[in-house]
Amino acid sequence: MEGQEHIHKKVSSIVFGVISPKRMVDSAAAKVVTPELYDKEGYPVDGGLMDIRLGVIDPGLRCKTCGGKLKECPGHFGYISLARPVIHINFVRQILDLLKSSCRFCGRVLIPDDKINKYVGMLDKVTAEEGLEARRKKVKALVAKFKIKDKCPHCNKKQENFKLEKPYTYHEGENKLSPIEVRARLEKIPDDDLVVFGFNAIAIRPEWMVLTVLPIPPVTLRPSITLESGERSEDDLTHKLGDVVRINQRLFENINAGAPEIIIEDLWDLLQYHATSYFNNSVPQIPPARHRGGQVLKTLTERIKSKEGRIRHNLAGKRTNFSARTVISPDPMIQLNEVGVPMVMATNLTVPERITEGNMEYFKKFIENGPKKYPGANYVIRPDGRRKTITEETKEEILEELAPGFVVERHLIDGDVALFNRQPSLHRMSMMCHQVKVLPGKTLRLNPAVCHPYNADFDGDEMNLHIPQTEEARAEAEILMLVQTQLISPRYGLSVVGCIHDSITGNYLLTKELVLTRIEAIDLLFACGINEFSRLPKRDKVTGREVFSVILPKDFNFIGKDKSGNEVKIVNGELKSGYMDKSNLGQESGLLLRNIFEKYGPKRTSDFVDFSSKLGIHVLAKRGFSVGLGDLDLPEEISSKIKAAIDNSLAQVKKFIEDYHEGKLEALPGRGLEETLELKILEVLNRARNEGGNLAMTEAKESGILTMANSGARGNILNIAQMGALVGQQALRGNRISHGFIGRTMSYFKKGDIGTRARGFIGNSFRSGLDPAEFFFGAMTGRDALMDTALRTPKSGYLYRRLSNAMQDLKVEYDGTVRDASGKIVQFSYGEDGLDVTKTENGIIDVKKIIQTIG
Amino acid sequence: MKKEHEEFIDGYKSKLPPKIITEIKEHVPTNVTKAKLTKILEEIHGIYENAKIHSGEGVGIVSAESIGEPGTQMTLNTFHLAGVAEVQVTTGLPRLIEIFDSRRAIKTPMMEIHLKSPHNKNIDKIKNFAAQIKETKVGEIVSEFSVNLLEQTLKLILSKDSLESLNLKTEEVAKLVKAKTKSFNLTVEGDEITLTYKGKSDEIKEVYGIKEKIKLIKIKGIKGIHQVLPVKRGEEYVVLTAGSNLKEILELPEVDAEKISTNNINEIEAVLGIEAARQAIMEEVSKVVESQGLNIDARHLMLVADIMCVGGVVKGVTRYGVVSEKTSVMARASFETPLKHIVDASLVGERDRLTSVVENVMLNQPIPLGTGLPGLVTKMK
Repeated sequence: MEGQEHIHKKVSSIVFGVISPKRMVDSAAAKVVTPELYDKEGYPVDGGLMDIRLGVIDPGLRCKTCGGKLKECPGHFGYISLARPVIHINFVRQILDLLKSSCRFCGRVLIPDDKINKYVGMLDKVTAEEGLEARRKKVKALVAKFKIKDKCPHCNKKQENFKLEKPYTYHEGENKLSPIEVRARLEKIPDDDLVVFGFNAIAIRPEWMVLTVLPIPPVTLRPSITLESGERSEDDLTHKLGDVVRINQRLFENINAGAPEIIIEDLWDLLQYHATSYFNNSVPQIPPARHRGGQVLKTLTERIKSKEGRIRHNLAGKRTNFSARTVISPDPMIQLNEVGVPMVMATNLTVPERITEGNMEYFKKFIENGPKKYPGANYVIRPDGRRKTITEETKEEILEELAPGFVVERHLIDGDVALFNRQPSLHRMSMMCHQVKVLPGKTLRLNPAVCHPYNADFDGDEMNLHIPQTEEARAEAEILMLVQTQLISPRYGLSVVGCIHDSITGNYLLTKELVLTRIEAIDLLFACGINEFSRLPKRDKVTGREVFSVILPKDFNFIGKDKSGNEVKIVNGELKSGYMDKSNLGQESGLLLRNIFEKYGPKRTSDFVDFSSKLGIHVLAKRGFSVGLGDLDLPEEISSKIKAAIDNSLAQVKKFIEDYHEGKLEALPGRGLEETLELKILEVLNRARNEGGNLAMTEAKESGILTMANSGARGNILNIAQMGALVGQQALRGNRISHGFIGRTMSYFKKGDIGTRARGFIGNSFRSGLDPAEFFFGAMTGRDALMDTALRTPKSGYLYRRLSNAMQDLKVEYDGTVRDASGKIVQFSYGEDGLDVTKTENGIIDVKKIIQTIG
Repeated sequence: MKKEHEEFIDGYKSKLPPKIITEIKEHVPTNVTKAKLTKILEEIHGIYENAKIHSGEGVGIVSAESIGEPGTQMTLNTFHLAGVAEVQVTTGLPRLIEIFDSRRAIKTPMMEIHLKSPHNKNIDKIKNFAAQIKETKVGEIVSEFSVNLLEQTLKLILSKDSLESLNLKTEEVAKLVKAKTKSFNLTVEGDEITLTYKGKSDEIKEVYGIKEKIKLIKIKGIKGIHQVLPVKRGEEYVVLTAGSNLKEILELPEVDAEKISTNNINEIEAVLGIEAARQAIMEEVSKVVESQGLNIDARHLMLVADIMCVGGVVKGVTRYGVVSEKTSVMARASFETPLKHIVDASLVGERDRLTSVVENVMLNQPIPLGTGLPGLVTKMK
């Protein structure tokens, strides 16, 4: 809590080991002796599993061990002493290895003394290189090598063969070994020999792998839930431990009463089963323990394992307060680095501000406004750490006692920093820092230009907002994560934000053909937030290029290409030639944005993106722009040309098929006849579509759709061709469609028909409409594409997870080398030249350009 | 360029990477003055220093993101027709996964064999060479198998055409077959080979069994080369093969060892060593990336290739490979099979020194990357 003095300690290392029975007992707060949980009053029984010495989960009670209340007491371990030892299921294989490799009489490892020292070094090396598993194999191999006629090299006595009957029964020759005997064997192994197995004698004694005492986890680890009916529902672990305790008590009683060996054996087995399923309830050979309803219990191993387990769900993944999530919608009028926050969110999310003498009066206004009125405040934290809710009633009192040192949790106001994120967070641009702008409405608003890094659209996408709560976090967010600083992708060194859709169309039209009056131009620029017009030529009519030049930096020089290959030339901040289209203003392409970024820095670039996208939109608003079915109207002459092209291709295909049937077709090298035919047909038909498309594009009249495709705003030639000319051949896995019925794709084609129509060629356009067969073929490829996406997502997700897990700890050291967490050098210089991709142009330093600018 | 200028540029060798040095030499105008050259070099040096990566930068995660993010945009469609006459190869996401897994058996092994000068111009020579290396099995040249159960015999009638085209004689085939069929008597008659079972006469299975075995006997060519395809590349002819066997192909005298390539990274590692394997990983990954029309900087591919090869052998990005090498128990446990790692760590009494990222996330501590890396030492009064 704020205001409280905290001693910050850092964990420097964690040591893993096996706990000894003695330590279990010593550190235990209670011994559990009865399976009962609560007495008649519902109070935890002493010596039961819910004993209040193990911690408390009821609000009213105090822990008997530490005196803490609920949430204060972390809980304490207890123990059960087992009537007979049981094998710990997770160590079964290691016990077997030890039994096999050590003498059954003297306990020494079955390798002669003089050889041990010789091989320990080699074994350590094996462990370091290949892991523990490999070492165990090596030890076994060594034992097999040095065991002379099944005799121990130390005491020269005969050895037996050990076998494991899964899951946890050991056999020595023909005899079954009880856990007691196993434990006795393990006890004999001297500390010095453990080194051979790679065991650390300080961390583990092998006999500890056979349990004589079972630790009971604190109650706080297995809290019970009170149902609506007032009934208590215990945690799975408590259930399982109850079983263990119950059988253990029965076993004790039977042993004390001198029951027959058979009964004791049975109970012992049952105890082993319960202890096993307590640790791991998914051991292959034993039936999993279940609830009465048949649901499998989640015991210790299941709690840790897998995506929903402790490690991945709770330890590596965290949850936060001060965050919000809702649907997003676009607002091209807010700035690139702003996020529109709805009022409801702004009044619920808070920022803590420490009261000083200087700002007290200012924050008093917030408190006066209270939680309902914006901008207000929700809580006040006093220097002693007490948190007070601001309400109409408490307002007066709080205002009275407010003094420097208090912390006010005030509502969000414009300019606060927030982290904005959309899942899946695949790269670092998926979570960026925005400035809050409180807006009416109920959705989060973002500038359409930043959609691309988030991969967001507005068909119902939701996004998350986080409010950093400390100065350190805010500073780091602003310096490292602000949208401006993330403009250049570290993946390829080009801009990831840029104008999209209408903004591109608008700028394209502006720089291509528009001529405005000076008044109109000033109007336009002012609407984009520019109020400095001295750079606009003082003429009555100005060209679109001159208008666009105003938003360019004054001394900016650039030579590039636009989408159609024309040269784009900018001299001293004036656009001399070329159109502003996708390859210059768009995301993921073009060096224009990258060049501005390099020369003028993040702020100017984001301003430029802002200005240009607004300019584009306003141009369209002024000029007018629309798309309609009429855009696809083709002159009679062109449609007949297209038709001729299609017919021509169909005739060619027919010829191929005839040749094929007559055996005149020649196979391509490395292909069969049928394959050759298919390839040739596909080639011809694809050409048909391209021809049709080109005709539709080149000869068509100027239209909205064409403008969009030409500027790169949306759509391409193929899309237009499919709408206006013909859809073309549908392909599944690179072949024409051949699935369905025997010898045909649909029942109204003749068997063996390999003509164009029967194999998924669509001669109609979307405009003229598809016939049923064509429609069905289209649906088939559509389905295939959907399936592909559905199957790909988990696969690529897993690949990504593996990569990031393998590489997350690589970093550049102060000496410029790339090393992993242990200091092992992976690269002597990052990427062989030590360059940061975000600071280069698509990964290179352009020497030629530098020389030219100097020379 | 004047010699003294060249030497002057070379003076920057310790300050600039070699690639930039050569580029400077290429682009500097020949009539440059010394003062101007100094200015150019200083300018470039300044730009280079500015563009250098910062210490503490978490380059690993950046590379992982840069490869993982476009992975979602790749197609799953395994087959991709590059051209009419090409061999089918795995591309897209499946190929990427294959490379990063470092799988022993890849789906579509492929080689591109370039030949030395006199051999690579003539189409007939190439065709001949291709036929030589193609693995041919007995099953492919036998036109008929006839089994006589009564007499316990198996008759192979060899196809004359195949024999001719492979330049083989029946006797040669018979010799190879004989070596693999010890329990049969073998007689040759024209283009027929007859096998008679030596053992007891009620063993019907034997004859059928041997038939399948015989089909798989290799008569000619190189193991693993299933398909050959001579194609023209510019001026010369090259042989594309489905199936790969780098070691044996390299031993052939006609082959141009410097140009030959295979897409089997494990073979490259075994034959040419770890550095070649690293290069191969980078090239194979960038082939996939390019074929999908994506853009990933070479530095990211380099880092992945390096992390896979840093141990001296190629390790996959899997729980058995790269991830198992980590020093931190908790980092390994947070990836896959947590139980195994915790149990093993407890036996050895392993100490996790919390030097990498996840452990510190688990403990709510700052991670040792970027701004979390530097510490502050101050003298207390």
